[in-house]
Parts: sequence; structure tokens; C-alpha cells
Amino acid sequence: MGSKRALVALLTPPMLWLLVAYLGALAAIFATAFFTTDPFTNEVVRTFTTENFEALLSPTYLRIIGRTLFIAVTVTVLCIVIAVPFAYFMAQVAPRRLRHLLVAGVLVPLWASYLIKAYAWRTMVQPGGVLESTFGTTPGYGFAAVILTLTYLWLPYMILPVYAGFERLPTSHLEASADLGAKGIYTFRRVILPALLPSIAAGTVFTFSLSLGDYIAVQIVGGTLQVLGTTVLQNITLDLPFAAALGTTSVVIMVCYLIAVGRTGALDNL
Amino acid sequence: MRRTTILQSAAVCAVATLVLAACGGGSSSSSGSSAAGGGFKVPNLTALDKLGTPEGEVSVLAWPGYVEDGSNDPKVDWVSDFEKESGCKVTVKTFGTSDEAVQLFRTGQYDTVSASGDATLRLIASGDVEPVNTNLVSNYPDIFDSLKMQPWNSVRGVPYGIPHGRGANLLMWRTDQVKPAPDSWSAVFDQAGSQKGKVTAYDSPIYIADAGLYLMATKPDLGIKNPYALDAKQLGAAVDLLKTQKANVGEYWSDYLKSAQAFKNGSTTVGTTWQVIANLAQADKAPVQVELPKEGATGWSDTWMVGAKSPHKTCAYKFIDHMVSPKTNAAIAEWWGEAPANRKACAETANKNHCATFHADDEEYFSKVHYWTTPISACLDGRTDVQCTDYAEWTKAWTEIRNS
Repeated sequence: MGSKRALVALLTPPMLWLLVAYLGALAAIFATAFFTTDPFTNEVVRTFTTENFEALLSPTYLRIIGRTLFIAVTVTVLCIVIAVPFAYFMAQVAPRRLRHLLVAGVLVPLWASYLIKAYAWRTMVQPGGVLESTFGTTPGYGFAAVILTLTYLWLPYMILPVYAGFERLPTSHLEASADLGAKGIYTFRRVILPALLPSIAAGTVFTFSLSLGDYIAVQIVGGTLQVLGTTVLQNITLDLPFAAALGTTSVVIMVCYLIAVGRTGALDNL
Repeated sequence: MRRTTILQSAAVCAVATLVLAACGGGSSSSSGSSAAGGGFKVPNLTALDKLGTPEGEVSVLAWPGYVEDGSNDPKVDWVSDFEKESGCKVTVKTFGTSDEAVQLFRTGQYDTVSASGDATLRLIASGDVEPVNTNLVSNYPDIFDSLKMQPWNSVRGVPYGIPHGRGANLLMWRTDQVKPAPDSWSAVFDQAGSQKGKVTAYDSPIYIADAGLYLMATKPDLGIKNPYALDAKQLGAAVDLLKTQKANVGEYWSDYLKSAQAFKNGSTTVGTTWQVIANLAQADKAPVQVELPKEGATGWSDTWMVGAKSPHKTCAYKFIDHMVSPKTNAAIAEWWGEAPANRKACAETANKNHCATFHADDEEYFSKVHYWTTPISACLDGRTDVQCTDYAEWTKAWTEIRNS
């Protein structure tokens, strides 16, 4: 009896948090998206309208949504390309002592503030910055700088789950594959990749969702680039219901993505 | 098995998208403005009739550089003494655009705001600020008469705020990159191609007025008389000009520190700026110069306003009185680089020429400066044969420019 009460006491606050603060906020955003604003004061006027969603379908916003998706996908792919060999080396090749150093090395950037890292990239890509003085050229503020910065920022979130996946992969499987005459690439394709897919999928949840919603790094290194996040920010001051409609898009994209990832079984690994 | 589940989830997403699309397919007749004739209703609020005992704190929303408490530069502090004397602890939040100011002030967390002319009327119309009792501000008699009871700080003879100071948005350039020294806004419009990717512009719909101002001087046949009174055709011309400009823009700015840094590191070489940004960049040894171009400029005349629901009105009045007192008003005007509102401030500036340099009492100079004003559908230049575009349309146009 007492333990039941304790369980209720334990679970009520987090459930309230989830329902009121989390899902409640999402519901509020969705509801706001159907309101409009007063053209003079920009105040929200509570009359039902669907024009915010209509406006979303204009080429301007479809292009922004497409661009944002493209950035998120590119960053995710780059993170996978870098993280898989790196995590393989960490988990399977590196000696134990080096392994701990590498894990620490991956984790250390997470301790620094997001803003500091973004501004560091701002100074690196600026004219006369580190990139220009080292490689003789710099992409400057814009699309390439955003991809670089976001890939840097989210890479640890990809390396860690992939590393965990490699750790769980028994060395005996690799040996068996080699004994049966499989070459390196064949082993990678038929043994490593299937075992690793859920870990990679788990990592992409982070890199994809974080890139999809980012607006601060884009403001710092993006130049004139507009993505979903910056467009929401721009509209929040002027047209809150439209900003809410824009926000709904990224929620829909994320829900679709999570359902797709959930089917791979990756979420069991989080 | 896996294939079917993936198909299922794809179907879920497709349905979700369809729902959104269906929501979007409804009527569009509800668009359009409700600001009948461009006029606006003013909520019936009354000013404070007398000061009470200070409430112990005041929360201030201000343009950056207006309320310095020593945290940026220990030598620049005109808040600490006020806190000691008045017993009102001051907390400050700064904003980068008038739109941000309006939105932040509506949260109700602020007692007073330094609002420019494109924010004041919006705050008045929405009932977020109340009329002020100028008798409670001991420094009010010393404020230049030309700033009192203006269309942006009063409505039908009722004052809604205390003038703070005014100035012009200037053209800044890197002297080592932009030669010869520009004297026209063409440096950021028609001639911007020579600084491709290094031009900057202000990130707010109100910047459309800068394009309007330039067209007023260069395309007289468009008939623009006031950069805040653009009919549909004139707005279209301004939008086209800004879209062309965008190809040469490296960054849009609303964060003044970031803009100063961009000029310093050379990623920005020419663009619109505030005097305070030029001061910061020059203090950092950046080779920059500013000028009021020959076409004139947009600018601002700022007003301290009191929140209608503020629980700290006595402190707010005391704070405003302090901000427009000769010494403080002079300190702000010099730090920021603007013309003070208090005529006695001119005797208190460290540089005795400050008021002359910034044309504090020079109405002829300020006739070339078009203060930020909220565009409304009733043309501000007095035309009655056309409808002008209101701020909602400017907002849409700006989003379109930024995303083009």
C-alpha cells in the first residue's frame, strides 16, 4: 500500500511535466497557428484562419523548408561518414589506454558552451581567419560555414552511440567472417553495418533534429542564409501565429522521422 | 514485414501532410487589414497622478547603450548612483529592433521602455503603455520643445512618453576597402557590386524605408515624398531594389556588437550603422568612417514610456526623470553618439562641441532625417487618392526579400 503511494508520488510530477509543460506547449503552438494578427499592433487576434498554413505552401517557404531539410540531411550524412571509421578505431583498434583518451577527447567539446564554439567558427571562417591563413581560402559566412559548424557541433552525438554499437559487436563475428573468407568490405557490408544500423539511426536522431531546429549557429555563421529556425525567429516578433505554423512543420518532420527511425529498432538503443 | 511497417509509417506521414495541406486549402478571404482607414483606437487609460514610495525595483527595456551600469565598461555607469539615491534597483534588457522591443514589452515583465517612433504607436494602440504625467518628471521643462508632443509620442494632445534623444542612421565604411569615400547611399544600392558579399543592412522591415529614401532621391518619377508612405507600386520598387541589394549583402545585422565585430574583421565593409557601432569599432582600431549621405537618412527619436500594468510606476518615473536629467542625458548622448533631448545636457558633455556635432537643436538638419514611424494604410504624406502599404505588408515584403 505504502509503496503504491510512493510510486504515485514519484510518477506524478514527471507525468504532469510531460502533459502540461511539454505536450501542452505543443498543443498551444498548434492552436496559435490558426490565429491571426492585428496589422497595426502585431497583437495576436483570436479569430480562426487557415491562412498561415496556406502561406506555408508558397514557393518561398517550401524553399526554406527544403533548404533546412537539405542542411539537416547533409550534416547527418557527414557525421556518419566521420563517426563510423572513428568509432571503429576507438572501439576495435585502439589500445585500451588510448581508447579512454579518445572517448574523453570526443566528450571534451561538449563541456564548452555552444555559443563559444559557434563564435569560434565565426572567427575561423572570417576573411583572414584560420581557414584562410592555413588553406588559402575560406567559404565565408553562408551555407558551407553552417554545414561545417553544425557538423562540428553535433559530431559527438553521433560518435557516442556508434562507438557503443561497435563495443557491443563481438570480435568473434568479425573473426568468423574472416575465417569464412570474407574480404574487409564484404564483412563491413554484411556483418558490421547490419549490427550497427540501430546505433547509427540513434545518432541521426540527434544530428538530424538538432540541425533541423538550429537557428543560433545559422545566425552566427550563416550570413544571409535563412532556415526554418531563423524564419521562426524573424516571425516571432511580427507574426506569432505564422511563426507557430512554421514551428508545426518542423514538429511534423520530426515526428515522421522518429516513426521511421523507430521502425529500425534504433530507439531501443537510446 | 519490415517493409510493410515502413510503408505504414510513410502512410502516417502522408496523412499528416495531407491534413496540413487541407488546413491550408481553406478560404483566403479573411486576409487583409482591419485597421480601418489607417486610424487606430486608443484604449482609455489615465496617467499616474502622483508618485508614491519607490517600489524598490524597476525593470527596463532599452536600446543597447542607453542604460549602462558599468558591466560593459566600469567607467561607463549612470545607473549605480541612481540605484543608491532612489532605492530602485535597475535591471536592464536590451533589444536590437523595434519589433523585438514591442514583443518583449508585451510579456509584461518591463516597467519602462525606450521606444522609437515605429514602436510607440503600436504600444499605445495595444494598451501596453499608458499616458504619462509630465508634471511628475522634473526635467521635462528643459526638453527641447521640438521633441515634445510629436505624432510619435502623443495622441490627440495626450503625452505618452518623455523624449530621450534622436539621431540618424549613418553610412559606415572601411576606409582601406572602400575608395573613394562614399557620400551617397548608392554605396549600398547601385554601387554595392564593388563590395559584393561585404555589404550589410539592418534586419527589420523598417529598413524598407531606407530603400524608399534612396528611391525618393534617385527615381523622382516614382513620386515618393515620405519613405514611410509607400503605395503598392512604390513598395514594389523598394522591394526590387532590396532584392538586388541582397545579392551583395554578406550579413544582415540587428545585434550591434556583432555588426561592430564584422566591420572590425573586414567581413563587412560598407552599410548602414549607428554612431555607437562606429564608436565601438573605432575604439577597437578598425579603420572605419561614418557619414550622413547626401540623400539624408532614416533615423529615430526615442521616447521613454511607462507600462500600463507596471507594478513599479514610481520607480519607473524616477528612472525616466534620471535618464533625461542633464548629466545622464549628456552621458548617454556622448556614449551612444546621438543628440540629447535635454537642452541643459549640452553644457554637461565632456566634449563641449557634442551638441553642435550632433545638431541637437538644428531643426534644419533633422528635416533631412526621417524618423522611424510605423507605416499605416492612410498615407503619412497626406495623399488621399491611394492607399498606402501598412506595416503588415512591409513585414511580408521583408520576409520575401530575406528569403528570396
